[in-house]
Amino acid sequence: MDDFYREFILDHYKNPHNFGELADATHRYHDTNPLCGDEITMFLKIGAGDRVEDVSFSGKGCAISQASASILTDEVRGKTLDELKAIDRAHVIENLGITLTPARVKCALLSLKALKGSAWGLHEWPGEEAKTS
Amino acid sequence: MAVTAPAKVATPLDVERIRRDFPILAKTVHGKPLVYLDNASTSQKPRQVIDAMSSVFEEHNANIHRGVYEFSERTTAAFEGAREKVAKLINAPQGREVIFCRNATEGLNLVMHTWGREHVGAGDVVVTTVLEHHSNFVPWQQLAKQAGAELVVVDIDAEGRLRRDQYAAAMAKRPKLVAITHTSNGLGVITPAKELIAEAHAAGAIVVVDAAQSVPHSRVDVQDLGCDFLAFSGHKMLAPPGSGVVWGRAELLERMSPFMYGGDMISRVTVAKTSWNDLPWKFEAGTSAFVDAIGLGAAVDYLQAVGLDRIHEHEQALVAYALPRLQAIPGVTLFGPKDTTDRVGVISFAIAGIHAHDVAQIFDSEGLCVRAGHHCNQPLMERLGTAATTRASFYLYNTFAEVDALVAAIGKAKQVFKV
Repeated sequence: MDDFYREFILDHYKNPHNFGELADATHRYHDTNPLCGDEITMFLKIGAGDRVEDVSFSGKGCAISQASASILTDEVRGKTLDELKAIDRAHVIENLGITLTPARVKCALLSLKALKGSAWGLHEWPGEEAKTS
Repeated sequence: MAVTAPAKVATPLDVERIRRDFPILAKTVHGKPLVYLDNASTSQKPRQVIDAMSSVFEEHNANIHRGVYEFSERTTAAFEGAREKVAKLINAPQGREVIFCRNATEGLNLVMHTWGREHVGAGDVVVTTVLEHHSNFVPWQQLAKQAGAELVVVDIDAEGRLRRDQYAAAMAKRPKLVAITHTSNGLGVITPAKELIAEAHAAGAIVVVDAAQSVPHSRVDVQDLGCDFLAFSGHKMLAPPGSGVVWGRAELLERMSPFMYGGDMISRVTVAKTSWNDLPWKFEAGTSAFVDAIGLGAAVDYLQAVGLDRIHEHEQALVAYALPRLQAIPGVTLFGPKDTTDRVGVISFAIAGIHAHDVAQIFDSEGLCVRAGHHCNQPLMERLGTAATTRASFYLYNTFAEVDALVAAIGKAKQVFKV
């Protein structure tokens, strides 16, 4: 367990980087993990050449989901929207450097889902259950 | 970590003897003895239930209600025998009022799709509570939406008990249907169901009770409660998944349309029209999960042999042992009642600075199984101001030493997270 909750994961969890709302965001996307109620909103400020000028996230959740978002947002400044759309799941899991159980993979990937949703300019994830309530 | 009970704590059960009936309880997880504290989610199964089901497959498996041959008749008798056992367990006036379904969720949906759709219309009022599991909340929310009815949701107080003033105000609106839980799966609170039902009846409503957390842990008597429908799941009471029950008063069931159409639920089918089978089969379309139902019958035998009152008393003793020990841990917040009055062995808590999922993962490394998340209780979690809790839930085979293991595991989680 001490391996799983490595020092740098706990550091990102307790003191997340790029945390908070970005007032001048041009793109934003909110998503939740319905299994546990984890929430992440990703904010992007896209400037000239479709590049990320600034990024932040807000939300609440477990150490894995919050650390994953903190690490991911550290990487995206200066990247183009196309580059964001190309980030793959394996990369996000590698960032954490630990073996995740299947139940925790969803926690780790919530930040990527929110980042892609914002990069694609989505308001709602396509193909999700019909909003009936 | 040992799993034997310290002799000093009183319980009416011979827990060590009970544990020997459950093969899974001898297993280890990550090299540690299994400490299974997720019973509100699903229970483990005793050898007696496993054997009852195996013996159907090995000795007389054949479809029920169809064959005119020995094995079919034996299996049918075992299936209908299980129905009678369930009827006695909940003191149903008649066995034909006991309808087998997959689980409490399906039973509640049966009532929503039949009685609900036939009787709830535009401008009507449906009442439920913020304590409900999604299975007794979403069907009524959707029924109200589809029918153009008003959904009134009764709130709880700071301890998690229903606000009786709000409930009375809801009754003043003369609801058509009231859906209440007998015992909260999130907080372990036992609602004053008998009084709530009487108030609802006085207001002219039909009452649906979610008994998924009460029937496995206490003596439930539908005639004493006075409810109109009551649903529960076999898998939470030592029986296999797929063995659920919805009980309804015969005079209501007789007048209701079928829930699903198909084989076994008809009396006569012509090209032009179909007439329905008698109760309970009118509501049991297709081949029932008859082996699961027979497993439920064996589980009822087991629970009655141990004694549901004694099981409740044992769980109360576990809660009485756990509450002060958990409250004494700095950073631990308990949700729900802080004493053993009107509650079952469900304890929801939070540890400051550690998300419930992380708590559960660290517990897993210690061999402890608990539930982490919203427990299919999102309206309740929102009411409590949290997205998720960690929930430990007890059953007849849990020991006081396992409560000690829970306390130790919280210490481990705090150590890992340095809080």
